[in-house]
Amino acid sequence: MLVFTLASVSLLLFIGIGLYLHSVPILHKLSLGSLLTSTVWKPLKGLFGFAPFIMGTLWVTCISIIIALPLCLLTAVYITEYAPTRIKRVLSPFVNLLSGIPPVIFGVWGVLFIIPLIQNHIAPHFVDFSTGYSVLAGGIVLAIMIFPLIVSITSEVLKTIPQDLRDASLSLGATKWETTRKIVLRKALPGIIAAIVLAISRAFGETIAVLMVCGNNAAVPHSVFDPGYPLPALIANNYGEMMSIPMYDSALMFAALLLFLIILLFNLVSRIILARLERKLAA
Amino acid sequence: MKRRIFEELFFRGLMILATIVVVGSFFLIVGTILDKGLPYMSLDMITKTPGGGFYIGKSGGVLNAIIGSIYIAGGATVLGLIISIPVAIYINMYMDGKRFLSNVIRMVFDVLFGIPSIVYGAFGFLIMVYFGIRASLLGGIIAVTLLVIPILVRTLDEMIRTVPFELRDAALSLGTTRWEMAKVVLRQIKPGIFTAILLSFGRAVGDVASVLFTAGFSDNIPTSLHQPAATLPLAIFFQLGSPVEEVQGRGYASALILTMVVLIITVLSEIFIKKFNKHKL
Amino acid sequence: MTKTPHIIVQDLNVQIGNQHILKDINIGIPNKKVTSIIGPSGCGKTTLLKTFNRLLDDAADVKITGKVLVDGENIYDPNTEVTHIRKKMGLLSQRPYPLPMSIYDNVAYGPRIHGTRKKQELDALVEKQLRSTGLWDEVKDRLTASATRLSIGQQQRLCLARGLAVGPEIILGDESTSALDPASTHIIEDLFMQLKEKYSIVLVTHILRQAARISDYIIFVYMGKIIEYGPTDEVLQNPQEELTKQYVKGYIT
Repeated sequence: MLVFTLASVSLLLFIGIGLYLHSVPILHKLSLGSLLTSTVWKPLKGLFGFAPFIMGTLWVTCISIIIALPLCLLTAVYITEYAPTRIKRVLSPFVNLLSGIPPVIFGVWGVLFIIPLIQNHIAPHFVDFSTGYSVLAGGIVLAIMIFPLIVSITSEVLKTIPQDLRDASLSLGATKWETTRKIVLRKALPGIIAAIVLAISRAFGETIAVLMVCGNNAAVPHSVFDPGYPLPALIANNYGEMMSIPMYDSALMFAALLLFLIILLFNLVSRIILARLERKLAA
Repeated sequence: MKRRIFEELFFRGLMILATIVVVGSFFLIVGTILDKGLPYMSLDMITKTPGGGFYIGKSGGVLNAIIGSIYIAGGATVLGLIISIPVAIYINMYMDGKRFLSNVIRMVFDVLFGIPSIVYGAFGFLIMVYFGIRASLLGGIIAVTLLVIPILVRTLDEMIRTVPFELRDAALSLGTTRWEMAKVVLRQIKPGIFTAILLSFGRAVGDVASVLFTAGFSDNIPTSLHQPAATLPLAIFFQLGSPVEEVQGRGYASALILTMVVLIITVLSEIFIKKFNKHKL
Repeated sequence: MTKTPHIIVQDLNVQIGNQHILKDINIGIPNKKVTSIIGPSGCGKTTLLKTFNRLLDDAADVKITGKVLVDGENIYDPNTEVTHIRKKMGLLSQRPYPLPMSIYDNVAYGPRIHGTRKKQELDALVEKQLRSTGLWDEVKDRLTASATRLSIGQQQRLCLARGLAVGPEIILGDESTSALDPASTHIIEDLFMQLKEKYSIVLVTHILRQAARISDYIIFVYMGKIIEYGPTDEVLQNPQEELTKQYVKGYIT
């Protein structure tokens, strides 16, 4: 039993070490700086600049958070503070069901619904031409995927705020919304931040759904209608060629290592915040 | 005063709108898949493997992928359980007095839970290369097992923690061994174990990135661990990539199958969780 | 009682879920006096208090019938604006709940919401109310510090100052000293006795000694009904009803 426990815990370490060891060849060949900032990606010529993919990941993630955050906060507040009990009981399960839908289905839906939406209805207002395959599509699909995460954590945090605190504000003559805005959300802020950080880390790593809708063009996106190529998509798309081109496998493992480290960091930060909150409540 | 009332009503309206968008997106997605996939659904889809030329429009079904997914998800869940149950028990029952350490271990598993499946896929691939395993059922099972271990440990841990301390410790003072106590606890949380199995299976069956490099793909049902195995999500992906409309349509139908399977699993697990909580309180 | 009561309750019935918490309440709260509501736990004292400022509005599954008249207007009339009602009353709960902001902002919270913006006005208001609760000297150098740094006794006084800052006419206290140490309790009780010159005060308490010390009138509630009501000395020394006699027995001896 002890052995299993130790083994599973050290999985984290093994993954990190394994990925690192396989990234070493490319780290030896090109400096870390040039790997991260160069925008030229021509594996056949031995040029590996990860900037387009890092930027692609950032664009898609940012768009998804910008869309998801306000929607989810409002939804969480509505469900926990305003909705009558009957409605609450009906709504909550559906938010959970959303989290059960497999990523590939989100991708299929994105192709069926979002791509034409952008191509035919949204983009024409802003740019001359867009295939619809864009970071915007990736962001929208990703946003819906992280809805359940933000809503559920925010709801949990809101539920821990004592009713007496709201009563104190209401007794002073504040309206319900004023109380929510000035008191409840302020008190819930650390928890909300933890939820956002967790959502970001989820968004960073999502592979298949984004891959199907974001265009997979190895260039830095300059507008939301440009295609993008996030890091996970890079790894997923090219694993086939990995072994045939020199350094390619090491490059892809480096990409995986990057993802791993960033997500590890965000996860830790978020979990620590949530753990602190829990401790404060118990005290 | 009027401004404040207006503000209150405005935000109330905004909130309801946001909730409609969030909850509605579920219906939108399932509805779209139903709409596009139902026309192409047929019994063949779930009972036949791809015939020759399946991807350019000839007959067949996705039985290969359905079975492949079941094998991999099932195998990974079983393997995962074998590892996770002892771990969950160890953290809760054998680490008395080492509060801090067990919480650190829990945090490690929480972090492992957040690692995306592509990283597990890449790492699984590295393991396969190291041991000389080719893309196969075995490879897929290894990678997905790594993926589901954190899910299982987390769920089992939460379930065990609902068993009151007194129950756990009381028997110890009567002289039973910790292991016998563990068996009692496990029996107590049986519905919880089912939930964990469901959650793990649901996650495993729908995941792509972990099986992408590791399980390969095949039009046939694998008969040994060393044969490549098709998975439903990949089958969907490939069918959608075809220029033939008929094949794309079948892709939507496959997507419908997958969606239905996973939704049923999710609903079942919610019911189990509720049933479990009812007994607990 | 020579003047019209500040609060008049007529045929008030409150149901929460399946439980009939308050039954046929008819009572008047006298003007500028301290009235204590006493009774065993669970008898509905706090519920009664919360009907005065409509704090039950949002609780799940609540049915309220009857009238509560404050200064003549029925606060449960569908046309009344609830924040206007609540502004007339200050609530002090059992445990102090400082708002998650600085000491200054806590007291200024109410006035700011109701439109007072000018810094000078707010400064004056904050100082005035902190003085009236005896906190000014203790906190004047750290007005921007978080309110959670104060001791419990200070926090409760802060909550009182905060409630007074919106200019209420009535102060409601829900067992507001039960979380405090004896010294702070004494300070708050003295404050209530001073404040009754300007405000009508309604306190829920389960400490008979406290009720005896500071109140002018006592209402005895049992199982959701008002059993007896009258000036403090009469109710405590010479109770008319059997139930009241039983309850105050501990005190009389």
